Amino acid sequence: MSVLEASNLTKVYGDGCPVCLEQTGDRAGTNQCPECGSVVACADVDLSVEEGEVLGIVGESGSGKSSLAEMLALEPDADGRVDGSVRYTNHEGNLLDVDYETRHDLRNEHISLVHQHIRDGLELEFTGGGNVAEKLLSAGWRNYEDVRERVRSLFAETEVPPARMDDPTHTYSGGMQRRVQIARALANDPEVVVLDEPTTGLDVSVQARVLDMFRRIQREEDVAAIVVSHDLGVIRLLADRTLVMRHGRVIESGLTDRIMEDPHHEYTQTLINSVI
Amino acid sequence: MTETDTDIDPTTTTETASTDALDAALESFEDDGLDGYNYAYLDEHTKREVRRAVLKAIALPGHQVPYASRPMPLARGWGTGGIQASLSILGPEDTFKVIDQGSDESVNAANIRRLATDTAGVATTTDTTEADVVQTRHRIPEEVMTDDQILVLQVPVTDALRKVDSSDAANRRRHAHRNYGKMWVHLYENVVEWGEINIASRYPTMVAGRYLMDPSPIPRWDVPKLDHADNLFVFAAGREARIYAVPPHTEVEPLAFEDRDFQVERFPDQSCHACGSTDTYLTEVETDDGRRLYTCNDTSFCLKRRDDPELPKDHHLDRDGVDWGPGTPDIEEEAGAVAGDDGGPDADSEAGDDPDAPVAEQGGDRA
Repeated sequence: MSVLEASNLTKVYGDGCPVCLEQTGDRAGTNQCPECGSVVACADVDLSVEEGEVLGIVGESGSGKSSLAEMLALEPDADGRVDGSVRYTNHEGNLLDVDYETRHDLRNEHISLVHQHIRDGLELEFTGGGNVAEKLLSAGWRNYEDVRERVRSLFAETEVPPARMDDPTHTYSGGMQRRVQIARALANDPEVVVLDEPTTGLDVSVQARVLDMFRRIQREEDVAAIVVSHDLGVIRLLADRTLVMRHGRVIESGLTDRIMEDPHHEYTQTLINSVI
Repeated sequence: MTETDTDIDPTTTTETASTDALDAALESFEDDGLDGYNYAYLDEHTKREVRRAVLKAIALPGHQVPYASRPMPLARGWGTGGIQASLSILGPEDTFKVIDQGSDESVNAANIRRLATDTAGVATTTDTTEADVVQTRHRIPEEVMTDDQILVLQVPVTDALRKVDSSDAANRRRHAHRNYGKMWVHLYENVVEWGEINIASRYPTMVAGRYLMDPSPIPRWDVPKLDHADNLFVFAAGREARIYAVPPHTEVEPLAFEDRDFQVERFPDQSCHACGSTDTYLTEVETDDGRRLYTCNDTSFCLKRRDDPELPKDHHLDRDGVDWGPGTPDIEEEAGAVAGDDGGPDADSEAGDDPDAPVAEQGGDRA
C-alpha cells in the first residue's frame, strides 16, 4: 500500500502557453518553452512510494529533481504554477491544495524534508539541540526533560556527539550539520522523509558514514524515503526503485538494480557509463 | 506699577511697557489656555479611532490591533501610545493616576498627569485604589485593581515573537496560525543555558489560549496579576501604532515547561528598608555612601505600608485573600516553597542578581 502517491505533477515557472508541455521535455531536448520562454521544471510525473521503501530520483542539474522534491515535501513556493496531485495515506485530498496550517502540521509530523542547503533547513544561531527540539515543541511537547531525552537519543542515533548538542549549530562541521538535519527530520517519527541531495558538500568518507547512518535508521524505523541525488552512488546505496529524470520528465523508472545493470534509455546509459 | 504709564520719563516707560507686554502676553496665555484644543487634547476622530481599536482589542484578547497613532507633544517611545489610550478613555468625572516604573513622581509621570489635568480636567491621585484609570510604564500596582478600574500600559515592543524573528510579516503569520514553536525553542535554549527560564521582563504569555502576547516590560513579578483579573488591561504602543488588551477574567498563562515552572523574581531575606514589606517587588538602590538597600518599587503602596505595615494588598476590597500576583496572603507560602525548593545554591545566587536585571532592561527599553 503506497504511502505517498503523485500523479501528473507539473511545475512551470513563467507565464506558460498552450504549447509549453509539447515543446519541452526529453524529445525536445530542453525544459524551456521556445514560444514563451517559460521553464517547465517538471511535467507529468507519476510516482508512488510504498511503506518502508526508498525511492531514488536521479538526474543531472536542472532536470527538475529539486522542484519535484519540494512539491512532494510540501515546501511553500510562491513562484511557479503547480498542477497534478499528491495523495498521502493519512490525509484526505490533494496535498498541493492544503492550507497553511494543515501543511504546517503535515510537514511537522508526517512528511519531513532534509534540505539541500543547510541554511534552508537549520537555524544556525540556535543550538543543534534547539533545532531538533523545535520539531518536538511545535508538535506540542511541553516537558523539558522529555524533550532533552528525545533530542539526546536522536543525536546518538544520527551519530552526532551528544556533548555538542548545546553548541550553536554554526560551530558544527558540515557532516554534523547534515546529521542534525536528519535528526530533525526524524524527530516526530514521520511517515515519509524526503532527502534532497543528502551528500552535498561532504567529503567522500563523511558521505559514506552519513549514508550508512541513514540507511540503518531507515530500516530500523521502516520509514519511507525519497532520495534525490545527481550521484548514482548514493542512489545505488539507498534506493530500492529509481526514477531517472531529464529536462523535467521521467524518462526511465524501475528497480535500482535493473536500471544500473540494464539501462534502457540512451541518457541513462550515458549517465551510468560516465560514473568515474 | 501701571499708574506710572503717564510718566514721561523715557527709561521707566520702556521698562514698564515691556513688563506690561509680557504680563499681558502671559495673562492672555493663561486665559485662552486650551481654547484652541479639543477636550482631552485629541480631536474627536482620533479618540473614536482609539476607542474602536480598544474595543476590537477587547474582543480579540491578546491580538494586536493597528490604529492611527498620532504625534503627541512628546517623543514616541515615551508613552505616546499610553497617553492616547488614556485620553480617549478619560472623562471629566474620572480620577487619573500615572506610574512610571512604580513611581508617581518621575518627570514623565508628572508631565503626563499634568497634560491630562490641563486638557481633560480630570482629578489626579497617587493612590491606586482611588483611580479610575491608571496609566503605567513597566509595572502593575501592588494593590489589587477592581472591576471599575482600567490599567493602561505603555508598550515599547508589541510583538513577543520579535525576540526570535525580526520579520513582522512572518510573525503575523505565526500569530494567525498560533504557531509559536520558535518561541518555545527560545525558552528551551534559555533553560539549556541558565537551568531555568531567565527572561527578566517582557515575559511571553498566552492570552485565552490563543495569542502569544508581550505583556510590555513589566517584571515577571507582575505577570500573574494579568490572569483572571477583575480589571481591564489596555496595552498601547504609540511608535508601533498597535493596541491590545486583556479583558477582565481572562486566562493569561506565562509560557513554561511542565517541569520548568514560570518563576517570579526572588528576594531572599530582603525587605523594603522603608516599610519592611517582604511581599512586594523590590528594587535595589545604592545610597551616597555606597550602601545597597532594597526598597519597594511601588512607591504609593510603600507610603501606605509605612503607616500600617500589616496593610494587605486587598485592604480596600470587601473580600480578602484575592489572588493578585505573588506574595498575596493566600499564596505566599506556596510561592515561598517554590523559591526554596528547586532553587538550590545556584538559583539563589542568581536571584540575588535579579533585582538589577529587570531595571536595567527597562531603562534600555525607553531609549
